[in-house]
Amino acid sequence: MGWRLRLRPYVLIVPALLLTCGILYPFGLGLYYTLFDFSASKPQPDMVRFENYETVFTQEAFWNSAWVTVLYAVGAAAVETVLGVTVALLLHRSTIVGRVLEKILILPLMIAPVIAAIIWKLMLQPSVGVINYLLRPLGLGGVQWTDTPTGALLSSIAVDVWVYTPFVAILALAGLRSLPTSPFEAGAVDGAGWWYTFRRLTLPMLWPYVLVAVIFRFMDSLKVFDIIYALTEGGPGDSTVVLQIRAYLEAIRFQRYSFGISYTIVLWAVVYLAAMVLVKHLGKIQRKAAEVAAK
Amino acid sequence: MSRETTRTTSRKRLSGWLADAALILYFVFALFPIAWMVILSLKPTNELFSTYFSFSPTLDGYRTVLGDSEGIPFVRFFVNSLVVSLGAVALSLLVGLPAAYASARWRFKGSENLMFTLLSFRFAPELTVIIPLFVLYQKLGLFDTYVGMVWVLQLVTLPLIVWIMRSYFADLTPELEQAALLDGYSRKQAFFKVAIPLVKPGIAAVSLLAFIFAWNNFVFPLILTSNEAQTVTVGALSFLGGDRPKYNLTAAAALVSVVPPLLLALTIQRYLVRGLSFGAVKS
Repeated sequence: MGWRLRLRPYVLIVPALLLTCGILYPFGLGLYYTLFDFSASKPQPDMVRFENYETVFTQEAFWNSAWVTVLYAVGAAAVETVLGVTVALLLHRSTIVGRVLEKILILPLMIAPVIAAIIWKLMLQPSVGVINYLLRPLGLGGVQWTDTPTGALLSSIAVDVWVYTPFVAILALAGLRSLPTSPFEAGAVDGAGWWYTFRRLTLPMLWPYVLVAVIFRFMDSLKVFDIIYALTEGGPGDSTVVLQIRAYLEAIRFQRYSFGISYTIVLWAVVYLAAMVLVKHLGKIQRKAAEVAAK
Repeated sequence: MSRETTRTTSRKRLSGWLADAALILYFVFALFPIAWMVILSLKPTNELFSTYFSFSPTLDGYRTVLGDSEGIPFVRFFVNSLVVSLGAVALSLLVGLPAAYASARWRFKGSENLMFTLLSFRFAPELTVIIPLFVLYQKLGLFDTYVGMVWVLQLVTLPLIVWIMRSYFADLTPELEQAALLDGYSRKQAFFKVAIPLVKPGIAAVSLLAFIFAWNNFVFPLILTSNEAQTVTVGALSFLGGDRPKYNLTAAAALVSVVPPLLLALTIQRYLVRGLSFGAVKS
């Protein structure tokens, strides 16, 4: 009987393990491909060792893409954090208006990002889009939203912000609702003002929740694809070609499979490094929050 | 009432109004695009660009989109989305529930590694897997098929279901199952008759959330399907083609494709926090 009991967890986990291997296999295959010069025009590829990676790192295009990706991810995550926490704080007051609006907070988050990009593309169209029509009374009728490099990047970040701000707001609101009350009571007794309470009590205790949201958002926006693909396709020029779009163009458009995968492996490494740094930080922030809560 | 206190209450009231106004401003930003899509989708083609807010509403846009008259079989894409999303969730539940239970109840060699491997899928760039699969699927005949799509969607649904269900099982006290075992239940019976019924709401919520994410996925069907198994997210883009994009049709297609996820999302509000944060935050 004993060995059967010991085996039980493994029996339960085997199906998931098999499925995981089925997903790991293409991962491994992809890694293996990057050591060859495999493309549609070269179905019998030769081993090139790390040449693909060398090419990636010496390309102007890669550094441009890396820069655009970081700008996008930092911009989107920063705006979403500030806006999401602000919305959460406003909803936390629980006024009648807030309680009604809270019920529809998640709507943009549940719309497919690609559909969100389509919606905004229609609205941002310079000559017939509704946004320029609404701006006309302000004397700003002809903004070329997605036709300038800066405008295209800002527009795509705006779509990201539209879709994902509720994500940060929902997690921050959950955090606000589970904060311990005793530090606030102590603060009220000491006659602490609104700003002091917010800076010294609310924020430090809320940070762990917000940081979980930031980690998710930052790592997801590093590998953004849908929004850019539908809104700008990487244009104008290559001003919004983020790394996953570059990989797509290389592998699917130009059918240089090995080279395209090399791009995603480099991106993967970047995402992992970012994750490690952020998760380490999370531990510190959690300890600080516990100190404040224990007061 | 002294003058001092009237001043503070009126200041409080003013700041309350300002806060509500700020909230309303954010929600205008959040909801206007959806409202605008509704307006666009109801516009007749000849009034698309002549007016903005005054027009004679018509359902022609929806008739065209759902009648496949543009040469875009949108209804089939919709059915495809339904089939592959349901298939992906069903398969993930089948293998994910036992795994989640085992990893919550027993500490054994390799369980943590497997869990974190699963979680890492959530943060891997999709194209790392899709490009090799694109090559592989052509060889295996899985390109543009339901089976191929259900398989690759496991990347989205399996980590979500395993991680969240694990946190639900871990929240259950083992005593209930142990009591059942003492009453002569087998382990299997304890799992199906005690553990599963207790986490049923969690299972329902996480299944719906996984369905929504599978439905909203774009990059897999974009690369791994061409026509037979194409889904609504890719199909909605086809209406933007051509030199004069058909705004009303695009809007109608976009709206039709967001109806299922939006309706489902409104039913699982209570479970969203745990679901969206992979069990990291519990409300």
